[in-house]
Amino acid sequence: MTFKFKNVYLNDVATVTGPYEKNGPLGKYFDKSYDDMYFGENTFEKGETKLLQESIDIVLSKLKKETTDLFISGDLLNQDVSSNLAALKLNVPYLGIYNACATSMEGLIIASSLIDSKKINNAICSVSSHNCTAERQFRYPVEYGGSKPKVTTFTATGGASAYISNEESKIKIESGTIGKVTDLGITDVFNMGAVMAPAAADTIKEHLIDTKRKIDYYDLIVTGDLGIYGKQILMDYMKEEFNIELNKYNDCGVMLYDLEKQDVYAGGSGPVCCPLVSYSVIINRMLKGELNRVLLLSTGALHSPTLVNQKMSIPAICHAISLEVVK
Amino acid sequence: MQKEKYKKLVDKNTPKENVGINALKAFLIGGVMGIIGQVLIDLYTNLFDISTKDAAPFMIITLILIASILTAFGVFDKIVSWANCGLIVPITGFAHAMTSAAMEYRKEGLILGIGANIFKLTGSVILYGVVSAYVFGLIRFLFFGG
Repeated sequence: MTFKFKNVYLNDVATVTGPYEKNGPLGKYFDKSYDDMYFGENTFEKGETKLLQESIDIVLSKLKKETTDLFISGDLLNQDVSSNLAALKLNVPYLGIYNACATSMEGLIIASSLIDSKKINNAICSVSSHNCTAERQFRYPVEYGGSKPKVTTFTATGGASAYISNEESKIKIESGTIGKVTDLGITDVFNMGAVMAPAAADTIKEHLIDTKRKIDYYDLIVTGDLGIYGKQILMDYMKEEFNIELNKYNDCGVMLYDLEKQDVYAGGSGPVCCPLVSYSVIINRMLKGELNRVLLLSTGALHSPTLVNQKMSIPAICHAISLEVVK
Repeated sequence: MQKEKYKKLVDKNTPKENVGINALKAFLIGGVMGIIGQVLIDLYTNLFDISTKDAAPFMIITLILIASILTAFGVFDKIVSWANCGLIVPITGFAHAMTSAAMEYRKEGLILGIGANIFKLTGSVILYGVVSAYVFGLIRFLFFGG
């Protein structure tokens, strides 16, 4: 299902990150980065909330705005706690959403639809994740050093916000595709790239059919957090299943870190991984005129430790947003 | 795509883990841990003039203490993720798992946090350790006369 938006613009974005992201190849593009995983707070959960709040404050101050009509946000934690606390502080109407690491584009699609149908004039769409809070919830205690296979991805730490509205700016949100849940029977909790690749493939194909476009229409296609091995799986999958070559394609999880030097296994993951890359280097390249049409695909593994322990496989979803530079 | 076909595609793009090297590393590091344990036992038997049997618990406590302190300083997880089973299988792995869980849940209080979660990773080891001790103890008593 693809919506075309006539009058929705990405006015500005903000990214706040932790130390691993700062030391990665995109470090210089982020608005603010910290060296401490607690971010001056006494728990990791409060730290994650702070990142989210700061990204909202930064995007508002960049645009010299005080507030927004609607706040849409999601994160990885149970009950969306980081988003709820950020919403409490922002004190505007709020939708808390969850599609794991596909949350960022889900938020943009919801907000763009509301703006396009003139229900609201503007919205802030945010996501956050924190390596230590996510590790605790989905895997092991932070200080536990059990061995992990090479396909493991590393949850990115950060908060990212986008301010979108019907006021014209340089980048237009052209269309959005709502993905379907897929499950090809992967049960390996470490191999999230393999879990999510079919969802990404399905959404790319649906988007191309709905918009009657060829893959070459886009200057760049990026997936959220498949990692270095998941990226290859998606490329092989697209080739075998749909006979589509992904030439101008990259993965945010691969771009966010230096996989050679940083100890992040197959690359970054988490809801914030896709926007940290898209809202920094990709937007930057679009504003410079190096890229005109970009398809952002945030990929989410709808992973529940309880269901995996009950021997069920892991479903996945992927949502897409097409950004275009306004000529 | 069919699940079987997709599984093949995933397997093709999944890097092989170096089982041989990992096993050799675990064997050597585990062996070094054994030597350290023996040195400690010899040290305690000479130092305190006690029997080998009495010195063994002191040795175990020493290793637990070292692993716990290193975990608390945030060093041990890095060593363990390098050494893998060489440090996880000995008592150091048990201490590491308990200390890391205790640290993780400290912020949720002494009872509902540490108390309820300290055995999160090690609970299975204790449960099945006790059960198997009982079963093998019974076998030994019934068939070998205790």
